[in-house]
Amino acid sequence: MLSRVAENLYWMARYIERAEDTARLVSVNSHLLLDLPHQTALGWSTLIDITGGDELFDKKYDRRSEKNVVHFLCVEPDNPGSILSSLAGARENLRTTRDVVSREIWELINELYLEVRDQAESGLTPRRRDAFLKRVIRGCQTLTGVIEGTLSHLSAKTFIELGRHLERADMTTRILDVRSGNLLPKDPEELRPFEHLQWMSVLKSLTGYQMYRQQVRLRVRGPDVLRFLLQNQHFPRAVARSLEALAWELQSLPRHDRALAAAALVRADVLEADMQALARSTDELHAFIDELQIGFNTLHEAIVTTYFARLEDTPRGLLHGGEATIAEEDDED
Amino acid sequence: MSLIDWQGYRCTDFYDELLAAPGQPRPAARDLCGILAGFSPQDLAERKAAAEIAIQTMGITFTVYSEGSMIDRAWPFDIVPRIIPADEWRRTEAGLKQRVEALNLFIDDLYHDQRIIKDRVLPAEVLAQSVNFRPQCRGIDPPHHVWAHICGSDLVRDGDGTLYVLEDNLRVPSGVSYMLENRNVTKRVLPEVFATGRILPVDDYCAQLYDMLASLSPRPYDEPRVVVLTPGIYNSAYYEHAYLAQQMGVELVQGSDLVVDDDDIVYMRTIEGLTRVDVIYRRIDDLFLDPEVFNPDSTLGVAGLMRAWRSGKVALANAPGAGVADDKVVYAFVPRIIEYYLDQKPILPNVPSYLCMFEEDRKYVLEHLDELVVKPANESGGYGMLIGPRATPGQRAEFAERIKADPRNYMAQPTLDLSTAPTLCDGGTEARHVDLRPFILSGTDIQVTTGGLTRVALVKDSLVVNSSQGGGSKDTWIVETDGE
Repeated sequence: MLSRVAENLYWMARYIERAEDTARLVSVNSHLLLDLPHQTALGWSTLIDITGGDELFDKKYDRRSEKNVVHFLCVEPDNPGSILSSLAGARENLRTTRDVVSREIWELINELYLEVRDQAESGLTPRRRDAFLKRVIRGCQTLTGVIEGTLSHLSAKTFIELGRHLERADMTTRILDVRSGNLLPKDPEELRPFEHLQWMSVLKSLTGYQMYRQQVRLRVRGPDVLRFLLQNQHFPRAVARSLEALAWELQSLPRHDRALAAAALVRADVLEADMQALARSTDELHAFIDELQIGFNTLHEAIVTTYFARLEDTPRGLLHGGEATIAEEDDED
Repeated sequence: MSLIDWQGYRCTDFYDELLAAPGQPRPAARDLCGILAGFSPQDLAERKAAAEIAIQTMGITFTVYSEGSMIDRAWPFDIVPRIIPADEWRRTEAGLKQRVEALNLFIDDLYHDQRIIKDRVLPAEVLAQSVNFRPQCRGIDPPHHVWAHICGSDLVRDGDGTLYVLEDNLRVPSGVSYMLENRNVTKRVLPEVFATGRILPVDDYCAQLYDMLASLSPRPYDEPRVVVLTPGIYNSAYYEHAYLAQQMGVELVQGSDLVVDDDDIVYMRTIEGLTRVDVIYRRIDDLFLDPEVFNPDSTLGVAGLMRAWRSGKVALANAPGAGVADDKVVYAFVPRIIEYYLDQKPILPNVPSYLCMFEEDRKYVLEHLDELVVKPANESGGYGMLIGPRATPGQRAEFAERIKADPRNYMAQPTLDLSTAPTLCDGGTEARHVDLRPFILSGTDIQVTTGGLTRVALVKDSLVVNSSQGGGSKDTWIVETDGE
């Protein structure tokens, strides 16, 4: 398979997962803040820190108000991590490689992108926000389902799976980081009455509440939730589970040694962590998540240099990850 | 009661491909005309709808790029096939083979000794002013000495029934995928006619194309790695590039997927690492192929590709520079080219052509501008043409000045009465003008598609068959008859 095609598919999957998980992130925060006493003014600001958009945000907006933060994360075209930019990124990556996947996949991405774009402003009012975020999450899940149901398990699918699992692991840790920034009381005694509710919200935002109850069968407690979302081997959004799926996919590819080693390292980090300690301290959890993200990045770099490497230094254009946003004029069909 | 009434079909103004006279189908079309006439209006509507659905679900599209956005349009298709009797086709096929063989000898000669010029058969100035001659290709010996591996020649039929060659497309001719898909659609829509078993199949093309391309490989002992090189999704023929790659089971690559190393070998970037490429079926024009040699700003091509080709480490089809014979002035010399290289009389006639570079011809053209079609030598797609009978006196006067200023760049032909074929219109069939583009593959031997792509001007009285301008297409049947 051509490197270009593999890279486009990998990024397409990352962008779809990123759109879904960003919607989850905004959703969990909205719900959490409703449950909290009003003194938590920092509530929305931490989302910007977690997604790493500080500089860009401060350039575009004067205040970290709820309205601004939600706008920035959901539909800001200049924010490469916004839901709208992610869907545009998925669409652009697929546009050039659409003949390697089933036609339905292209149609669905196209449809979802156009719908989100058209609702960009109207969908964000507090009253409509929930429905808007649900639509994004459902749309992305439908895509994942169609990919699963229509694409042969050959290289194309393998690269889609790699992108999806890596992005999912990464975003699950970011969602947990909301918890660390927002919710873990600096003084453990202070917000005790809310703790149960808050951890429950985190689970629900990852659609993990029922699965958690089935497996854990205890009341919702911090260390158990962390263990479930980081270390569980069965829950599809758990970090360890995503990394395991990723490693399994990697094994079907040639020259996988480096990437597989990177995946094993970060997975070991996750499995060896002390959940009790992480649940006790905001700072420790935050530092741990930073460490995992460095591991994810090493894994990503290993995949890029092994499979997508370019000989000459072609400038990374619009079609690939991270920095670039998508040209706005090209969105009519 | 049928909508199709061959008695009332108006086919006397032009040569009609299916009917000799109202109510009288030609022998090869008898079965088809009978079956169509038996269709009720509802039958007919259902068949038409079935074709539209087939085209949609098979995803047969062409791309129109306008106002910054890309639109895939469904391929316009008429369900009534165009029929050519097999015995006529065999003669046509022989004529096309003869023509392409001579053209390849001609191109090879131009890049080597230029005997044809030394022998004064082709005036030196024709070559000197050719915009498609590539001096960078001189002295190169491509495999089998073939330069135009894939040729699409346009044939038209005049009022008296003679098939003429209108032009030869030797650069990157397109349309073959639609020829193949038209047959697939027609099989779904009119299966009962195929049951007669007299319609020759067309579906070998992709296998023949692959075999021909593979035969060009510089490493014949290994399994050759063939790729299709496309300019990308914004190209109007992208559908065809993807289709051919898929049908041949080879990679569809863009310039950025390929790299030429210092050893002059072409590699493609794959997830397995760099993989050597042996044969490139390129669908990019010469001037964009290699920024080291041609347009330095081209991002579509591959730096070093010409180096690799010159050193024989990769084969390019068509070879760079093959377009030198794809020139409307050179066209006029093709009958002489055939006689010169093959010592044979041309089997297929050219449309009579007047070259404005010759004084006598120029005088005739200027005196008969109101009867002639005047074409510039190197434009394609009908640009910069004067259609004398439809032009105003002012336009003709202006064109006369242009001809006098640059005679080498113009040639003229009489206006032809293009043949027609019945085409489904609201409330029945009407005659519409058609042409035909067969495709000729040249490697160790020469193969011609069975028939070709029939394009039809769907607009009444129009002669424009381009799909972007209201043109459509039909399936083309070569039908065995019992020698009637």
